[in-house]
Amino acid sequence: MEKKDVVIIGGGPAGLAAALELYNKGIHDIIILERENHLGGILRQCIHDGFGLSRFGKSLSGPEYAQAFINEIEKRHIPYMTNATVLELTNDKQIYAMTREGLKLYQAKAVVLVMGCRERSRGALGIPGERPSGVFTAGTAQAYMNLYNRMPAKEVVILGSGDIGMIMARRLTLEGAHVQAVFEIMPHPSGLPRNIIQCLEDYNIPLYLNHTVTDIHGGSRLTGVTISQVDEKLAPIPGTEKEYTCDTLILSVGLIPDNLLSTDAGVTLDPHTKGAYVDEHFQTNIPGVFAAGNVLHVHDLVDFVSLEAEALAHSAASYIHDGMLPPCNLAIKAGNGVGHTIPQKISGDMDFKLSLRVRSHYRDCRIVLRQNGEEIAVKKMKKAIPAEMIQFTVKSEKIQKHGELEVSVE
Amino acid sequence: MSESTIKKTYTCIICPNGCDIEAEIKDGEILSITGHTCPKGEAYVHQELTAPTRTIAPSVLVTGGELPLASVRLTKPIPKDMIFPVMDEIKKLTITAPVCEGTVVLEKVCGLDSEVIITKNVKAK
Repeated sequence: MEKKDVVIIGGGPAGLAAALELYNKGIHDIIILERENHLGGILRQCIHDGFGLSRFGKSLSGPEYAQAFINEIEKRHIPYMTNATVLELTNDKQIYAMTREGLKLYQAKAVVLVMGCRERSRGALGIPGERPSGVFTAGTAQAYMNLYNRMPAKEVVILGSGDIGMIMARRLTLEGAHVQAVFEIMPHPSGLPRNIIQCLEDYNIPLYLNHTVTDIHGGSRLTGVTISQVDEKLAPIPGTEKEYTCDTLILSVGLIPDNLLSTDAGVTLDPHTKGAYVDEHFQTNIPGVFAAGNVLHVHDLVDFVSLEAEALAHSAASYIHDGMLPPCNLAIKAGNGVGHTIPQKISGDMDFKLSLRVRSHYRDCRIVLRQNGEEIAVKKMKKAIPAEMIQFTVKSEKIQKHGELEVSVE
Repeated sequence: MSESTIKKTYTCIICPNGCDIEAEIKDGEILSITGHTCPKGEAYVHQELTAPTRTIAPSVLVTGGELPLASVRLTKPIPKDMIFPVMDEIKKLTITAPVCEGTVVLEKVCGLDSEVIITKNVKAK
Protein backbone atom coordinates (compact mmCIF):
# COMPACT_ATOMS: atom_id res chain seq x y z
CA MET A 1 0.00 0.00 0.00
CA GLU A 2 1.27 3.41 -1.00
CA LYS A 3 0.46 6.49 1.04
CA LYS A 4 -0.41 9.77 -0.68
CA ASP A 5 -1.61 13.13 0.52
CA VAL A 6 -4.02 13.40 -2.41
CA VAL A 7 -5.14 10.92 -5.05
CA ILE A 8 -6.87 12.54 -8.03
CA ILE A 9 -9.21 10.22 -9.91
CA GLY A 10 -9.30 11.42 -13.52
CA GLY A 11 -6.84 13.29 -15.77
CA GLY A 12 -9.32 15.47 -17.66
CA PRO A 13 -9.57 19.25 -17.38
CA ALA A 14 -10.80 19.15 -13.75
CA GLY A 15 -8.12 16.69 -12.63
CA LEU A 16 -5.33 18.62 -14.35
CA ALA A 17 -6.40 21.95 -12.87
CA ALA A 18 -6.83 20.43 -9.39
CA ALA A 19 -3.40 18.75 -9.49
CA LEU A 20 -1.67 21.91 -10.67
CA GLU A 21 -3.31 24.12 -8.05
CA LEU A 22 -2.61 21.61 -5.24
CA TYR A 23 1.03 21.53 -6.28
CA ASN A 24 1.20 25.32 -6.42
CA LYS A 25 -0.23 25.42 -2.88
CA GLY A 26 2.63 23.22 -1.67
CA ILE A 27 0.89 19.83 -1.70
CA HIS A 28 3.40 17.77 -3.68
CA ASP A 29 2.64 14.22 -2.52
CA ILE A 30 -0.10 13.67 -5.10
CA ILE A 31 -0.90 11.43 -8.06
CA ILE A 32 -3.34 11.64 -10.97
CA LEU A 33 -4.85 8.31 -12.02
CA GLU A 34 -6.11 8.38 -15.62
CA ARG A 35 -7.97 5.50 -17.29
CA GLU A 36 -7.06 6.45 -20.87
CA ASN A 37 -3.69 6.31 -22.58
CA HIS A 38 -3.29 10.11 -22.44
CA LEU A 39 -4.10 12.96 -20.10
CA GLY A 40 -6.68 15.47 -21.30
CA GLY A 41 -10.00 13.65 -20.96
CA ILE A 42 -12.77 14.50 -23.39
CA LEU A 43 -10.87 17.56 -24.67
CA ARG A 44 -8.73 15.24 -26.78
CA GLN A 45 -11.63 14.62 -29.10
CA CYS A 46 -13.18 18.11 -28.90
CA ILE A 47 -11.10 19.48 -31.76
CA HIS A 48 -13.40 22.46 -32.46
CA ASP A 49 -12.34 25.89 -31.24
CA GLY A 50 -13.96 28.19 -28.70
CA PHE A 51 -12.24 26.90 -25.57
CA GLY A 52 -10.29 29.15 -23.22
CA LEU A 53 -11.89 32.49 -24.10
CA SER A 54 -12.24 33.50 -20.47
CA ARG A 55 -9.10 31.75 -19.19
CA PHE A 56 -6.59 32.47 -21.93
CA GLY A 57 -8.37 35.31 -23.72
CA LYS A 58 -8.27 33.45 -27.02
CA SER A 59 -10.18 30.78 -28.84
CA LEU A 60 -8.35 27.45 -28.56
CA SER A 61 -9.26 23.93 -29.64
CA GLY A 62 -9.89 21.33 -26.94
CA PRO A 63 -6.51 19.61 -27.37
CA GLU A 64 -4.68 22.95 -27.09
CA TYR A 65 -6.59 23.87 -23.92
CA ALA A 66 -5.68 20.51 -22.36
CA GLN A 67 -2.05 20.73 -23.51
CA ALA A 68 -1.62 24.12 -21.83
CA PHE A 69 -2.35 22.38 -18.51
CA ILE A 70 -0.40 19.20 -19.35
CA ASN A 71 2.70 21.32 -20.10
CA GLU A 72 2.47 22.84 -16.61
CA ILE A 73 2.01 19.38 -15.06
CA GLU A 74 5.09 18.10 -16.90
CA LYS A 75 7.15 21.17 -16.00
CA ARG A 76 6.56 20.50 -12.29
CA HIS A 77 6.97 16.72 -12.65
CA ILE A 78 3.61 16.17 -11.01
CA PRO A 79 3.16 12.38 -10.88
CA TYR A 80 0.44 10.84 -13.03
CA MET A 81 -0.31 7.36 -14.28
CA THR A 82 -2.20 6.68 -17.51
CA ASN A 83 -3.91 3.38 -18.35
CA ALA A 84 -4.79 3.27 -14.67
CA THR A 85 -8.41 2.37 -13.98
CA VAL A 86 -9.68 2.92 -10.46
CA LEU A 87 -11.75 -0.12 -9.53
CA GLU A 88 -12.81 0.89 -6.06
CA LEU A 89 -12.77 3.77 -3.63
CA THR A 90 -13.55 2.96 0.00
CA ASN A 91 -15.08 5.31 2.57
CA ASP A 92 -11.75 5.42 4.44
CA LYS A 93 -10.07 6.72 1.28
CA GLN A 94 -8.34 3.62 0.01
CA ILE A 95 -8.10 3.42 -3.77
CA TYR A 96 -7.69 0.22 -5.74
CA ALA A 97 -6.42 0.80 -9.28
CA MET A 98 -5.67 -1.56 -12.17
CA THR A 99 -2.45 -0.30 -13.76
CA ARG A 100 0.28 -1.46 -16.12
CA GLU A 101 2.26 -2.35 -13.00
CA GLY A 102 -0.59 -4.54 -11.77
CA LEU A 103 -3.12 -3.89 -9.03
CA LYS A 104 -2.18 -0.91 -6.87
CA LEU A 105 -3.58 0.18 -3.53
CA TYR A 106 -3.30 3.75 -2.29
CA GLN A 107 -4.18 5.18 1.08
CA ALA A 108 -4.98 8.86 0.60
CA LYS A 109 -5.51 11.63 3.13
CA ALA A 110 -7.78 13.31 0.58
CA VAL A 111 -9.42 12.08 -2.63
CA VAL A 112 -10.39 14.30 -5.54
CA LEU A 113 -13.26 12.95 -7.63
CA VAL A 114 -12.93 14.32 -11.17
CA MET A 115 -14.23 11.50 -13.36
CA GLY A 116 -16.34 13.68 -15.64
CA CYS A 117 -19.62 12.53 -17.14
CA ARG A 118 -21.15 10.07 -19.59
CA GLU A 119 -23.66 10.49 -22.37
CA ARG A 120 -27.25 9.41 -22.03
CA SER A 121 -27.75 6.52 -24.47
CA ARG A 122 -30.58 5.06 -26.54
CA GLY A 123 -31.21 2.51 -23.80
CA ALA A 124 -31.69 5.26 -21.23
CA LEU A 125 -34.26 6.97 -23.46
CA GLY A 126 -36.16 3.80 -24.25
CA ILE A 127 -36.72 4.66 -27.93
CA PRO A 128 -38.76 1.78 -29.39
CA GLY A 129 -37.97 0.07 -32.67
CA GLU A 130 -35.42 -2.25 -34.21
CA ARG A 131 -31.80 -2.42 -33.08
CA PRO A 132 -29.65 -1.79 -36.17
CA SER A 133 -26.14 -0.36 -36.15
CA GLY A 134 -25.87 3.33 -37.00
CA VAL A 135 -27.25 4.73 -33.74
CA PHE A 136 -24.44 6.62 -31.99
CA THR A 137 -24.15 9.07 -29.16
CA ALA A 138 -22.62 12.33 -30.37
CA GLY A 139 -19.46 11.70 -28.38
CA THR A 140 -19.01 8.24 -29.90
CA ALA A 141 -19.32 9.68 -33.41
CA GLN A 142 -16.87 12.40 -32.37
CA ALA A 143 -14.33 9.82 -31.17
CA TYR A 144 -14.68 7.83 -34.43
CA MET A 145 -14.06 10.92 -36.54
CA ASN A 146 -11.57 12.90 -34.48
CA LEU A 147 -9.45 10.16 -32.90
CA TYR A 148 -9.73 7.13 -35.20
CA ASN A 149 -10.29 8.71 -38.63
CA ARG A 150 -13.50 6.75 -39.23
CA MET A 151 -16.46 8.35 -40.99
CA PRO A 152 -19.57 6.93 -39.31
CA ALA A 153 -22.31 8.44 -41.49
CA LYS A 154 -23.65 9.59 -44.86
CA GLU A 155 -27.30 10.54 -44.24
CA VAL A 156 -27.79 11.80 -40.72
CA VAL A 157 -30.62 12.65 -38.34
CA ILE A 158 -29.75 14.11 -34.94
CA LEU A 159 -31.92 13.73 -31.85
CA GLY A 160 -31.32 16.29 -29.14
CA SER A 161 -29.94 19.82 -29.39
CA GLY A 162 -27.07 19.40 -26.94
CA ASP A 163 -23.85 21.23 -27.80
CA ILE A 164 -21.93 18.10 -28.85
CA GLY A 165 -24.78 17.10 -31.19
CA MET A 166 -24.73 20.49 -32.90
CA ILE A 167 -20.94 20.51 -33.11
CA MET A 168 -21.09 17.06 -34.71
CA ALA A 169 -23.73 18.30 -37.17
CA ARG A 170 -21.16 20.82 -38.44
CA ARG A 171 -18.26 18.35 -38.29
CA LEU A 172 -20.18 15.69 -40.26
CA THR A 173 -21.24 18.30 -42.85
CA LEU A 174 -17.67 19.54 -43.33
CA GLU A 175 -16.54 15.95 -43.93
CA GLY A 176 -19.19 15.37 -46.60
CA ALA A 177 -22.15 13.85 -44.77
CA HIS A 178 -25.66 15.23 -45.18
CA VAL A 179 -27.33 16.22 -41.91
CA GLN A 180 -31.08 16.40 -42.54
CA ALA A 181 -32.25 17.93 -39.27
CA VAL A 182 -31.90 18.18 -35.51
CA PHE A 183 -34.97 17.26 -33.44
CA GLU A 184 -35.44 18.44 -29.85
CA ILE A 185 -38.21 17.10 -27.62
CA MET A 186 -38.22 20.21 -25.39
CA PRO A 187 -39.78 23.54 -26.42
CA HIS A 188 -36.31 25.15 -26.14
CA PRO A 189 -32.84 24.17 -27.40
CA SER A 190 -30.60 22.51 -24.84
CA GLY A 191 -27.31 23.79 -26.29
CA LEU A 192 -25.76 27.25 -26.45
CA PRO A 193 -27.31 29.86 -28.79
CA ARG A 194 -23.97 30.46 -30.55
CA ASN A 195 -23.86 26.81 -31.61
CA ILE A 196 -27.33 27.04 -33.15
CA ILE A 197 -25.95 29.82 -35.36
CA GLN A 198 -22.47 28.57 -36.21
CA CYS A 199 -23.20 24.81 -36.35
CA LEU A 200 -26.77 24.62 -37.69
CA GLU A 201 -27.94 27.85 -39.35
CA ASP A 202 -24.62 28.39 -41.14
CA TYR A 203 -25.02 24.99 -42.80
CA ASN A 204 -28.80 25.23 -43.39
CA ILE A 205 -29.54 22.43 -40.93
CA PRO A 206 -33.06 22.87 -39.55
CA LEU A 207 -33.80 22.55 -35.81
CA TYR A 208 -37.28 21.31 -34.91
CA LEU A 209 -38.39 21.84 -31.31
CA ASN A 210 -41.16 19.73 -29.69
CA HIS A 211 -40.21 16.72 -31.86
CA THR A 212 -38.72 13.33 -31.05
CA VAL A 213 -37.83 9.96 -32.55
CA THR A 214 -40.65 7.46 -32.00
CA ASP A 215 -39.42 4.51 -34.08
CA ILE A 216 -36.14 3.16 -35.43
CA HIS A 217 -36.00 1.07 -38.62
CA GLY A 218 -33.37 -1.20 -40.15
CA GLY A 219 -31.97 -4.72 -40.11
CA SER A 220 -28.20 -4.72 -39.78
CA ARG A 221 -27.87 -0.97 -40.50
CA LEU A 222 -30.24 1.87 -39.79
CA THR A 223 -32.53 2.65 -42.75
CA GLY A 224 -34.68 5.36 -41.23
CA VAL A 225 -36.42 6.88 -38.25
CA THR A 226 -39.96 7.98 -37.47
CA ILE A 227 -40.27 11.49 -36.05
CA SER A 228 -43.33 12.70 -34.15
CA GLN A 229 -44.38 16.01 -32.69
CA VAL A 230 -44.91 16.02 -28.93
CA ASP A 231 -47.48 17.81 -26.75
CA GLU A 232 -46.81 19.93 -23.63
CA LYS A 233 -46.38 16.77 -21.60
CA LEU A 234 -43.73 15.59 -24.11
CA ALA A 235 -46.03 12.76 -25.27
CA PRO A 236 -45.97 12.00 -29.04
CA ILE A 237 -49.05 13.29 -30.85
CA PRO A 238 -50.68 10.52 -32.95
CA GLY A 239 -51.00 11.40 -36.62
CA THR A 240 -47.91 13.65 -36.71
CA GLU A 241 -45.49 10.84 -37.65
CA LYS A 242 -43.03 11.56 -40.45
CA GLU A 243 -40.49 9.14 -41.94
CA TYR A 244 -36.86 10.15 -42.51
CA THR A 245 -34.53 7.94 -44.54
CA CYS A 246 -31.07 7.90 -42.96
CA ASP A 247 -28.17 5.57 -42.17
CA THR A 248 -27.19 7.27 -38.93
CA LEU A 249 -28.98 8.60 -35.88
CA ILE A 250 -26.85 10.75 -33.57
CA LEU A 251 -28.04 11.17 -30.00
CA SER A 252 -27.21 14.33 -28.09
CA VAL A 253 -29.68 13.95 -25.28
CA GLY A 254 -27.86 14.84 -22.11
CA LEU A 255 -24.88 14.10 -19.94
CA ILE A 256 -24.85 12.30 -16.60
CA PRO A 257 -22.06 12.64 -14.02
CA ASP A 258 -20.11 9.37 -13.78
CA ASN A 259 -20.42 8.57 -10.08
CA LEU A 260 -20.19 4.79 -9.84
CA LEU A 261 -17.01 4.99 -7.75
CA SER A 262 -18.47 7.74 -5.58
CA THR A 263 -21.67 5.90 -4.65
CA ASP A 264 -19.78 2.68 -3.90
CA ALA A 265 -17.68 4.69 -1.43
CA GLY A 266 -20.82 6.02 0.22
CA VAL A 267 -20.87 9.50 -1.31
CA THR A 268 -24.42 10.90 -1.25
CA LEU A 269 -25.70 12.18 -4.59
CA ASP A 270 -28.13 14.99 -5.36
CA PRO A 271 -30.96 13.57 -7.50
CA HIS A 272 -31.07 16.84 -9.51
CA THR A 273 -27.40 17.16 -10.45
CA LYS A 274 -26.70 13.40 -10.22
CA GLY A 275 -23.42 14.53 -8.68
CA ALA A 276 -22.38 14.66 -5.05
CA TYR A 277 -23.92 16.90 -2.41
CA VAL A 278 -21.08 19.28 -1.63
CA ASP A 279 -20.44 22.18 0.69
CA GLU A 280 -18.68 25.41 -0.23
CA HIS A 281 -15.35 23.55 0.05
CA PHE A 282 -16.47 21.07 -2.64
CA GLN A 283 -16.30 18.45 0.07
CA THR A 284 -18.80 15.56 -0.11
CA ASN A 285 -20.49 13.93 2.88
CA ILE A 286 -17.25 11.94 3.39
CA PRO A 287 -14.64 14.22 5.02
CA GLY A 288 -11.60 14.54 2.75
CA VAL A 289 -13.43 13.39 -0.39
CA PHE A 290 -13.95 16.26 -2.82
CA ALA A 291 -15.66 16.57 -6.22
CA ALA A 292 -15.59 19.15 -9.01
CA GLY A 293 -16.15 19.51 -12.73
CA ASN A 294 -18.60 17.42 -14.72
CA VAL A 295 -18.70 14.63 -12.13
CA LEU A 296 -20.26 17.18 -9.76
CA HIS A 297 -22.63 18.92 -12.19
CA VAL A 298 -22.53 19.14 -15.97
CA HIS A 299 -20.87 22.35 -17.17
CA ASP A 300 -21.21 24.02 -20.56
CA LEU A 301 -17.75 25.63 -20.51
CA VAL A 302 -14.43 24.02 -19.68
CA ASP A 303 -13.08 27.35 -18.44
CA PHE A 304 -15.50 27.07 -15.51
CA VAL A 305 -14.53 23.44 -14.91
CA SER A 306 -10.92 24.54 -14.43
CA LEU A 307 -11.92 27.34 -12.05
CA GLU A 308 -14.07 25.01 -9.99
CA ALA A 309 -11.29 22.41 -9.72
CA GLU A 310 -8.90 25.14 -8.58
CA ALA A 311 -11.33 26.22 -5.89
CA LEU A 312 -11.56 22.56 -4.85
CA ALA A 313 -7.75 22.36 -4.68
CA HIS A 314 -7.68 25.39 -2.39
CA SER A 315 -10.01 23.59 0.08
CA ALA A 316 -8.27 20.23 -0.28
CA ALA A 317 -4.93 21.90 0.54
CA SER A 318 -6.43 23.40 3.72
CA TYR A 319 -7.82 19.98 4.61
CA ILE A 320 -4.35 18.43 4.25
CA HIS A 321 -2.82 21.18 6.42
CA ASP A 322 -5.45 21.23 9.17
CA GLY A 323 -6.95 17.73 8.97
CA MET A 324 -10.42 19.22 8.72
CA LEU A 325 -12.50 22.04 7.23
CA PRO A 326 -14.94 24.41 8.94
CA PRO A 327 -18.42 22.84 9.25
CA CYS A 328 -21.17 23.80 6.81
CA ASN A 329 -24.60 23.58 8.39
CA LEU A 330 -26.70 25.91 6.26
CA ALA A 331 -28.53 24.20 3.39
CA ILE A 332 -29.25 25.90 0.07
CA LYS A 333 -32.46 24.82 -1.63
CA ALA A 334 -33.39 25.18 -5.30
CA GLY A 335 -36.62 27.18 -5.29
CA ASN A 336 -39.00 28.40 -7.99
CA GLY A 337 -37.56 28.05 -11.50
CA VAL A 338 -34.18 26.72 -10.35
CA GLY A 339 -33.12 23.18 -11.25
CA HIS A 340 -30.22 22.77 -8.85
CA THR A 341 -27.49 24.62 -7.00
CA ILE A 342 -23.82 24.02 -6.20
CA PRO A 343 -22.90 24.06 -3.36
CA GLN A 344 -25.86 22.60 -1.50
CA LYS A 345 -24.44 23.52 1.94
CA ILE A 346 -22.47 26.49 3.25
CA SER A 347 -20.86 27.69 6.48
CA GLY A 348 -22.24 31.20 6.27
CA ASP A 349 -18.84 32.50 7.38
CA MET A 350 -17.19 33.06 4.02
CA ASP A 351 -17.99 34.38 0.56
CA PHE A 352 -18.76 31.63 -1.92
CA LYS A 353 -19.60 31.13 -5.57
CA LEU A 354 -23.12 29.90 -6.26
CA SER A 355 -23.70 27.88 -9.47
CA LEU A 356 -27.15 27.05 -10.74
CA ARG A 357 -29.30 26.32 -13.74
CA VAL A 358 -32.79 27.63 -14.41
CA ARG A 359 -35.52 25.24 -15.54
CA SER A 360 -36.87 27.24 -18.51
CA HIS A 361 -36.37 30.46 -20.49
CA TYR A 362 -36.68 33.76 -18.62
CA ARG A 363 -36.29 37.36 -19.77
CA ASP A 364 -35.49 40.34 -17.54
CA CYS A 365 -35.50 38.25 -14.40
CA ARG A 366 -33.83 38.35 -11.00
CA ILE A 367 -32.08 35.37 -9.45
CA VAL A 368 -32.60 35.85 -5.73
CA LEU A 369 -30.98 34.06 -2.79
CA ARG A 370 -33.08 34.43 0.37
CA GLN A 371 -32.72 33.42 4.00
CA ASN A 372 -35.47 33.88 6.58
CA GLY A 373 -37.28 36.06 4.04
CA GLU A 374 -34.29 38.42 3.61
CA GLU A 375 -32.53 38.96 0.28
CA ILE A 376 -28.94 37.75 0.66
CA ALA A 377 -27.84 38.17 -2.95
CA VAL A 378 -29.44 39.15 -6.24
CA LYS A 379 -28.30 38.74 -9.82
CA LYS A 380 -30.24 40.58 -12.49
CA MET A 381 -30.34 38.79 -15.83
CA LYS A 382 -31.47 40.02 -19.23
CA LYS A 383 -31.84 36.43 -20.30
CA ALA A 384 -31.62 33.19 -18.33
CA ILE A 385 -31.76 29.87 -20.18
CA PRO A 386 -31.33 26.23 -19.10
CA ALA A 387 -28.42 25.80 -21.55
CA GLU A 388 -26.26 28.27 -19.63
CA MET A 389 -24.96 27.74 -16.12
CA ILE A 390 -25.37 30.86 -13.98
CA GLN A 391 -22.69 31.73 -11.44
CA PHE A 392 -22.31 34.59 -9.00
CA THR A 393 -20.39 35.33 -5.84
CA VAL A 394 -22.38 35.57 -2.61
CA LYS A 395 -21.01 37.77 0.17
CA SER A 396 -21.25 36.32 3.66
CA GLU A 397 -22.08 39.61 5.48
CA LYS A 398 -25.87 39.25 5.34
CA ILE A 399 -25.98 35.51 6.04
CA GLN A 400 -27.46 34.64 9.44
CA LYS A 401 -26.38 31.77 11.70
CA HIS A 402 -29.64 29.88 11.30
CA GLY A 403 -32.18 29.31 8.56
CA GLU A 404 -32.18 27.47 5.26
CA LEU A 405 -31.35 29.46 2.14
CA GLU A 406 -33.38 29.28 -1.05
CA VAL A 407 -32.55 30.54 -4.52
CA SER A 408 -35.33 31.27 -7.00
CA VAL A 409 -36.15 33.12 -10.20
CA GLU A 410 -38.38 36.17 -9.70
CA MET B 1 -38.76 54.58 -38.52
CA SER B 2 -38.68 55.03 -42.29
CA GLU B 3 -39.75 52.27 -44.64
CA SER B 4 -36.27 51.20 -45.67
CA THR B 5 -35.19 50.75 -42.05
CA ILE B 6 -35.17 47.13 -40.95
CA LYS B 7 -34.86 45.66 -37.48
CA LYS B 8 -32.72 42.56 -37.29
CA THR B 9 -31.83 40.27 -34.40
CA TYR B 10 -28.43 38.66 -34.13
CA THR B 11 -27.07 36.06 -31.73
CA CYS B 12 -23.44 36.95 -31.20
CA ILE B 13 -21.14 33.92 -31.64
CA ILE B 14 -17.91 35.55 -30.46
CA CYS B 15 -18.15 34.21 -26.92
CA PRO B 16 -20.38 31.78 -25.00
CA ASN B 17 -22.51 34.62 -23.58
CA GLY B 18 -24.31 34.54 -26.95
CA CYS B 19 -25.81 38.02 -26.58
CA ASP B 20 -29.06 38.70 -28.40
CA ILE B 21 -28.34 41.88 -30.32
CA GLU B 22 -30.98 44.02 -32.01
CA ALA B 23 -29.86 46.30 -34.77
CA GLU B 24 -31.70 48.87 -36.86
CA ILE B 25 -30.28 48.84 -40.34
CA LYS B 26 -30.79 51.23 -43.22
CA ASP B 27 -29.10 50.80 -46.61
CA GLY B 28 -26.53 48.47 -45.10
CA GLU B 29 -25.65 50.93 -42.33
CA ILE B 30 -26.26 50.28 -38.62
CA LEU B 31 -28.45 53.07 -37.24
CA SER B 32 -28.74 51.74 -33.71
CA ILE B 33 -27.64 48.65 -31.86
CA THR B 34 -28.76 47.27 -28.47
CA GLY B 35 -28.30 44.13 -26.41
CA HIS B 36 -24.56 43.61 -26.78
CA THR B 37 -22.56 43.56 -23.57
CA CYS B 38 -19.14 44.27 -25.07
CA PRO B 39 -17.63 46.05 -28.10
CA LYS B 40 -17.05 42.70 -29.81
CA GLY B 41 -20.82 42.38 -30.23
CA GLU B 42 -21.03 45.56 -32.29
CA ALA B 43 -18.06 44.49 -34.40
CA TYR B 44 -19.73 41.11 -34.93
CA VAL B 45 -22.97 42.65 -36.20
CA HIS B 46 -21.01 44.95 -38.50
CA GLN B 47 -19.07 41.94 -39.85
CA GLU B 48 -22.26 39.88 -40.30
CA LEU B 49 -23.81 42.73 -42.22
CA THR B 50 -20.88 43.35 -44.56
CA ALA B 51 -18.91 40.10 -44.90
CA PRO B 52 -19.63 37.28 -42.43
CA THR B 53 -16.60 35.27 -41.34
CA ARG B 54 -16.15 31.97 -39.53
CA THR B 55 -13.42 29.62 -38.37
CA ILE B 56 -13.28 25.87 -38.87
CA ALA B 57 -11.34 23.25 -36.93
CA PRO B 58 -11.10 19.90 -38.76
CA SER B 59 -8.15 17.48 -38.91
CA VAL B 60 -5.37 16.33 -41.24
CA LEU B 61 -4.06 12.83 -41.96
CA VAL B 62 -0.90 11.70 -40.21
CA THR B 63 1.34 8.84 -41.33
CA GLY B 64 3.44 6.88 -38.87
CA GLY B 65 1.78 8.38 -35.81
CA GLU B 66 0.21 6.99 -32.66
CA LEU B 67 -3.00 8.52 -34.05
CA PRO B 68 -4.11 8.49 -37.72
CA LEU B 69 -4.87 12.22 -37.66
CA ALA B 70 -4.01 15.48 -36.01
CA SER B 71 -6.50 18.25 -35.31
CA VAL B 72 -6.01 21.66 -36.95
CA ARG B 73 -7.61 25.10 -36.79
CA LEU B 74 -7.46 28.41 -38.58
CA THR B 75 -5.52 31.25 -37.00
CA LYS B 76 -8.01 33.83 -38.28
CA PRO B 77 -11.64 33.70 -39.41
CA ILE B 78 -12.27 33.35 -43.15
CA PRO B 79 -15.22 34.49 -45.30
CA LYS B 80 -18.17 32.17 -44.74
CA ASP B 81 -18.38 31.24 -48.42
CA MET B 82 -14.74 30.06 -48.36
CA ILE B 83 -15.37 27.33 -45.75
CA PHE B 84 -15.75 24.48 -48.24
CA PRO B 85 -12.87 25.52 -50.57
CA VAL B 86 -10.61 25.73 -47.47
CA MET B 87 -11.88 22.32 -46.31
CA ASP B 88 -10.88 20.90 -49.71
CA GLU B 89 -7.33 22.23 -49.30
CA ILE B 90 -7.05 20.85 -45.77
CA LYS B 91 -8.31 17.43 -46.91
CA LYS B 92 -5.44 17.19 -49.44
CA LEU B 93 -2.83 17.33 -46.67
CA THR B 94 -0.94 14.38 -45.21
CA ILE B 95 1.81 15.00 -42.68
CA THR B 96 4.36 12.70 -41.10
CA ALA B 97 4.62 12.06 -37.35
CA PRO B 98 5.90 13.34 -34.99
CA VAL B 99 3.61 16.34 -35.20
CA CYS B 100 3.80 19.32 -32.88
CA GLU B 101 1.07 21.68 -31.72
CA GLY B 102 1.40 25.13 -33.27
CA THR B 103 3.09 23.97 -36.49
CA VAL B 104 1.81 25.83 -39.55
CA VAL B 105 0.76 23.31 -42.22
CA LEU B 106 -0.83 25.74 -44.70
CA GLU B 107 0.11 29.41 -45.01
CA LYS B 108 -2.40 31.82 -46.49
CA VAL B 109 -4.86 29.04 -47.23
CA CYS B 110 -6.68 29.70 -50.55
CA GLY B 111 -4.88 33.05 -50.67
CA LEU B 112 -6.68 34.21 -47.52
CA ASP B 113 -5.17 35.95 -44.49
CA SER B 114 -5.33 32.83 -42.33
CA GLU B 115 -3.08 29.91 -41.54
CA VAL B 116 -3.89 26.29 -40.79
CA ILE B 117 -2.07 25.19 -37.62
CA ILE B 118 -1.77 21.87 -35.81
CA THR B 119 -3.54 21.78 -32.44
CA LYS B 120 -2.48 18.36 -31.14
CA ASN B 121 0.87 16.69 -30.51
CA VAL B 122 1.02 13.29 -32.23
CA LYS B 123 4.02 11.13 -31.41
CA ALA B 124 5.61 8.76 -33.92
CA LYS B 125 4.42 5.18 -33.55
